[in-house]
Amino acid sequence: MRELRFALRQTIPIFFTYLFIGIAFGILMSDAGYGLLLTMASAVFIYAGSMQLVMVPMMTSGASLPTLALMAFFINARHIFYGIGFVERFRKMGWRYPYMVMALTDETYSILCSVQYDPGLDEEKSAFLIALLNHLYWILGCFVGACAGTFLQFDMRGIEFSATAFFVVVVVNQWRLHRSKLLFLTAAVCALAFFLLLGKDYFLVPTLMSCLVALLILRGPIERKEGLRDE
Amino acid sequence: MNSFLYPVLAIGVVALVTWGLRAFPFLLFGSRPLPRVMQYLGQTLPPAIMTVLVIYCMRGITFQRSPFGVPELAASALVLVLQIIRKNMYLSIIAGTVCYMVLIRVIH
Repeated sequence: MRELRFALRQTIPIFFTYLFIGIAFGILMSDAGYGLLLTMASAVFIYAGSMQLVMVPMMTSGASLPTLALMAFFINARHIFYGIGFVERFRKMGWRYPYMVMALTDETYSILCSVQYDPGLDEEKSAFLIALLNHLYWILGCFVGACAGTFLQFDMRGIEFSATAFFVVVVVNQWRLHRSKLLFLTAAVCALAFFLLLGKDYFLVPTLMSCLVALLILRGPIERKEGLRDE
Repeated sequence: MNSFLYPVLAIGVVALVTWGLRAFPFLLFGSRPLPRVMQYLGQTLPPAIMTVLVIYCMRGITFQRSPFGVPELAASALVLVLQIIRKNMYLSIIAGTVCYMVLIRVIH
């Protein structure tokens, strides 16, 4: 089936990313004492790397459900903007439409934005298989991590740093992407200020809110620098 | 809260919020154009949020006593340098994590 071969070729880079981060999540869950079922439910239904990694320490410290919801909102708020370019395209996909919406992660989004379909391919089927394969890689990674954490008695203390490393990598990539370094400076200043003011347990949400306000206030200079405004 | 129910509810809540966010533009905007300010925030919030998250990951560091945050800072610096020079995500994450796991065992 040509569409499947095409989708496999497009998703190979994501295979390794999802497998590794999925394994890290599976091990984190297992080390925190959560069973395979909960890990797999997270992989299938949440399917959001950063949020799943952040969620584990929040769950072990007993964060309240509204706190988790707010955290999920802020970490995944970017997803709101991914769907914009795909509203018309996904609507034509019939029974695949709801799945395409729910499976629109950063990686699937970035592939679907840039993919060049080979002539003669069913584009809708190809897009669906790209989304599905990425999801399956993620589920596989989480499964392997959960099993490795359960059956292998390695001392995995410190594996949670893979989340930090992942975020550092994303920031470096974002740094290349964005010409306005004010975005990073604003965020760092807000975070450090609220950290000193409120302490390590309470600074995150006020920081994210102040970032939102600061970005709105600094919209003029940031848009000019980013080239979002024609002037 | 009940130790069985709590993680189930936690995962459910996070899944629902994530779904809601992904479905939001499809439910709200349909074929209408997106307000400019939302486009702007969509483009500028991700780098700000990721920067905050890196600092959030470092929140447990204590500079007053050993190991003075050395494992976190050294491993993060390694990830940073590797990602700038080699631009290979897998290499950066694996090397940084291994470095951290070694350092927390060596430095007390």
